[in-house]
Amino acid sequence: MTRLAATPVAGILAGCFAAAVALAGPAAAQTLDTVKERGELRCGVTTGLSGFSNPDDSGNWTGIDVDVCRAVAAAVLGDADAVAFVPLTAKERFTALQSGEIDVLSRVTTWTLTRDTSLGLNFTGVTFYDGQGFLVNKDLGVTSALELGGASVCVAAGTTTELNLADYFRAKDMTFNPVVFDAISQTIEGFASGRCDVLTSDQSQLYSLRTKLDDPDSAIVLPEVISKEPLGPVVRQGDDEWFNVVKWVLFAQLNAEELGITSENLDEMRASDNPSIKRLIGTEGDMGEKLGLSSDWAAQAIAQVGNYAEMFERNVGQGSPLRIDRGLNALWSDGGIQYAPPIR
Amino acid sequence: MAHSDPPSSDTGFRPIPPQPPPVTVVGPVRWVRDNLLSSPLNIALTALGLYLLWLVVPPLIDWGILTADFVGSSRDDCTSGGACWVFIATRLDFFVYGFYPDAERWRVDVMFAMLAGFLVPQFLPGVSARVRKWLGIFGLTVYPVISGVLLLGGVFGLEAVETGKWGGLMLTLVLSYVGIVAALPIGILLALGRRSHMPIIRTICVLFIELWRGVPLISVLFMASVMLPLFLPEGVNFDKLLRALIGIVMFQSAYMAEVIRGGLQGLPKGQYEAASALGLGYWRATGLIILPQALKMVIPGIVNTFIALFKDTTLVLIIGLFDILGTVQASIVDPAWGRVAIEGYIFAAFCFWVFCFGMSRYSQGLEKKLHTGH
Amino acid sequence: MAGPAVPTPPSGPAPWRNPRVRAVAFQVVALVLVLWVFWTIFQNTLTNMESRGITTGFGFLDNTAGFGILFSLIPYDETNTYGRTFVVGILNTLLVSGLGILFATIIGFILGVARLSPNWLIAKMALVYIEITRNVPLLLQIFFWYFAVLRTLPGPRQSLEFPFSAFLNNRGLYAPSPNLEPAFWAVAITFGLAIAGAVVLVRWAKRRQDATGRRFPAWSVSLAAVVGLPLLVFWLAGSPLTWDLPALQGFNFRGGVRLIPEFIALWLALTLYTAGFIGEIVRSGIQSVSKGQTEASQALGLRPGQTLRLIVIPQAMRVIIPPLTSQYLNLTKNSSLATAIGYPDLVSVFMGTTLNQTGQAVEIVAMTMAVYLTISLSISFLMNLYNRAVALKER
Repeated sequence: MTRLAATPVAGILAGCFAAAVALAGPAAAQTLDTVKERGELRCGVTTGLSGFSNPDDSGNWTGIDVDVCRAVAAAVLGDADAVAFVPLTAKERFTALQSGEIDVLSRVTTWTLTRDTSLGLNFTGVTFYDGQGFLVNKDLGVTSALELGGASVCVAAGTTTELNLADYFRAKDMTFNPVVFDAISQTIEGFASGRCDVLTSDQSQLYSLRTKLDDPDSAIVLPEVISKEPLGPVVRQGDDEWFNVVKWVLFAQLNAEELGITSENLDEMRASDNPSIKRLIGTEGDMGEKLGLSSDWAAQAIAQVGNYAEMFERNVGQGSPLRIDRGLNALWSDGGIQYAPPIR
Repeated sequence: MAHSDPPSSDTGFRPIPPQPPPVTVVGPVRWVRDNLLSSPLNIALTALGLYLLWLVVPPLIDWGILTADFVGSSRDDCTSGGACWVFIATRLDFFVYGFYPDAERWRVDVMFAMLAGFLVPQFLPGVSARVRKWLGIFGLTVYPVISGVLLLGGVFGLEAVETGKWGGLMLTLVLSYVGIVAALPIGILLALGRRSHMPIIRTICVLFIELWRGVPLISVLFMASVMLPLFLPEGVNFDKLLRALIGIVMFQSAYMAEVIRGGLQGLPKGQYEAASALGLGYWRATGLIILPQALKMVIPGIVNTFIALFKDTTLVLIIGLFDILGTVQASIVDPAWGRVAIEGYIFAAFCFWVFCFGMSRYSQGLEKKLHTGH
Repeated sequence: MAGPAVPTPPSGPAPWRNPRVRAVAFQVVALVLVLWVFWTIFQNTLTNMESRGITTGFGFLDNTAGFGILFSLIPYDETNTYGRTFVVGILNTLLVSGLGILFATIIGFILGVARLSPNWLIAKMALVYIEITRNVPLLLQIFFWYFAVLRTLPGPRQSLEFPFSAFLNNRGLYAPSPNLEPAFWAVAITFGLAIAGAVVLVRWAKRRQDATGRRFPAWSVSLAAVVGLPLLVFWLAGSPLTWDLPALQGFNFRGGVRLIPEFIALWLALTLYTAGFIGEIVRSGIQSVSKGQTEASQALGLRPGQTLRLIVIPQAMRVIIPPLTSQYLNLTKNSSLATAIGYPDLVSVFMGTTLNQTGQAVEIVAMTMAVYLTISLSISFLMNLYNRAVALKER
């Protein structure tokens, strides 16, 4: 009596396949054209990391990683709000970029050799020079990471952080107990409840997480930095046009800071006679066309998002609860290592 | 002989007005004795129970209500030392709508209103069975289509809102509702296939069902989000929400199939034979005789799977979708607020509890109603 | 010889109307479709992995892991291989699900009975408990137990001390661990033999009672043998057992065994969540046994305890077992939520850290799913065996 039940199964399978085919779309052809055509930039960010990409009280994305994407959107489309943010976990981020789901990945991603080569990615620059550090309770009386032997360490899963931690302790011949959480928000809960003696993460995060403690002054960040973590935007390999666009938007913001152009004084600067400023703002030369953009590409990014200093201070610097010093992220002329090639 | 008058002499019988029973055998005292103190063991248990309540309830009320802060707009308004409900109030819109654009939130409200419109009558006693049935059918067929169009936009002059902006309670509802509605037909087919006489079909269905039932949802979601792009031809790309939904529907349809199979097995054999005797073919017998009866029997089971799915949607936060718990998680890391994790989690727990408790009451009511036949 | 001409049989239905032909055709189509889908997926995956430069194969299992694991039942350190992290993960998953199942069953039965308690307060408290735990997502309950329990516990230097050198603090529960000397194996073997002997004895006693009606105190004799013999051997072998006591050193306690808070929280959450469901299953199971059964057994002169043990429970079990099995399966699968609080189970260690480091998603996810599938099928198989044993034997 049930002999005809074959059709349903066949139907399901056929249906699934039809859906798969119907949804087929172009992937990573020419990203710049795709973005222009779509009228929107698709940008991969974290699922919530204060200072870098985090939804605010009314659900708008804020943070330095978010501003990087907004600047690209302003330069390419003339509208910093034409960005669709795609929250990604650490595990998904590269697949999402490779499969064409997003155009640019701006998600506290550390630039490493493996990621540049075997994952087929291109890092367009460094938005934030970070390094892994340790947060400890003042009560412990620890002043150096070398005194941490045998400690319990809270750490978030899925990043280079975990590996650096193991390397560091092995190199110093110390033992430790890793307490591995899935999300960064849980690590601070673990630390606050006394589960771990130490919390390790990128230093920028340590400052941000410290604000979550009942008494933020009860914990200190140790001086040791155990790794280099240059964080920057990532694009797919093999699309040089798009690679250049994302790369030079950041350089434009850095150059703007160097030249003293901010979102506030941009209009006055248009009257400037300085050729460097003129080239950057687009009143002279055809820098925009060379990138495949309009001539006011950099001016748009600066007007709507600001120069690098504005972006930094607003999100992670003195204008934010994180209060991170510029440090390495200061311009090369101010003792830092942020150095952008000239626009000419 | 009529009733004789009561004797009027003083020495005659005069009934004493009935006395109230002793307080120890009726009323609250009796109730307490019977229900709380009937034996030494019961006395001990009651004492233990009261002690546990004493441990839990007063501190909870103190923290959650007496010393809590309710009004304000920022961290500075939370000064009393108790719960900081200001945080929930400030972020409520985010918890409900996610990133949905402000101007378009009325569309989500319409979706909520329609949902309430056909769900609430199911619980009200005065509504006739016919109305309930039609509302139910509306909820399973027309409603998902209308809601889909409404939420996605892009047609009829509605501004398109991409799924990346969906979030909060709204996303939780979308995930669980689509999960259950899409899983229902697939589950029916799988259940029929599993009871088929054709060995290959049966094997395929059994393998499918047991595979999905045997693995954790967390790994299914992970597979849908990270590995599905690898399975597709190059250049083919799914929306992230759609990938999660595919995973959820696959997973859920296996559970649904088992629930429905229970209903199919519960039907007396006579029903099948009678349908055959009437000369009905397989599909007509199934569609007209078997399924209507079997599905009616398993409605409580379906509601229970729905509750389970509703709770399980919290797991999408591990693939970076912002369901209600995801929005809470993203909010509690905001450095503008202090440690508000507990408040956030309690709020999320309360939201889930309200929905799940309501549905489980509904399913228990149905179970009782269906049970009266025996 | 020719008989009367056989009338030609009415020709069968046309092939496309013949049920048998149609059945075969459908099955072939379905099979081809399924195989084709799998083949397409396989091909796509290979192409995609090649074009993205993702390595394939299981060679990564022999590479050095380089990361630590918080808690392991077998010796493990950073220099071990990824293959070993797989084993560590499986064992941790089995540990937490096994203990979870055991305790969820016990608490669930207590809750089920409490729901039917004549004590109003107890019945209502059980009801409230069940309604809360069943209707709040497990993930939230895990967070609750982890952070709520951790917050209330003191740091290592102010540990709560228990008898027998056990300590409780926010790093976990520390207890003395047994140091087994070689001779201890004699005790273990004796214990095994005693149990085997007891099983034989009980069976023999039952057969004899069935045949002759004479009873033999098999249970008490067995108990004496199972406890007494190993103790005797233990004493004869010169007490081949010492205890390793935990002691405070530096940041933490060293020595002894330690149950980490992640384990305790996950185990508590899984147990208490599943117990709510089991409680309802047990309640409805007991209620499904009709009152006539109890009355009949009382009429036969059985005592209340005997009624419960011989009449009610065996019948209730038939209703209880199938849903109980699916609760066991759920608990095992739910243990994968360990990843949220950092208990190093299979999903957290292998599908988490190992996957992140090697990037070989396909192999690792397939291996993980295969493990869960195996565990699920084994539990189903065992419970089906048990179900068959208690099922109604219709004669």
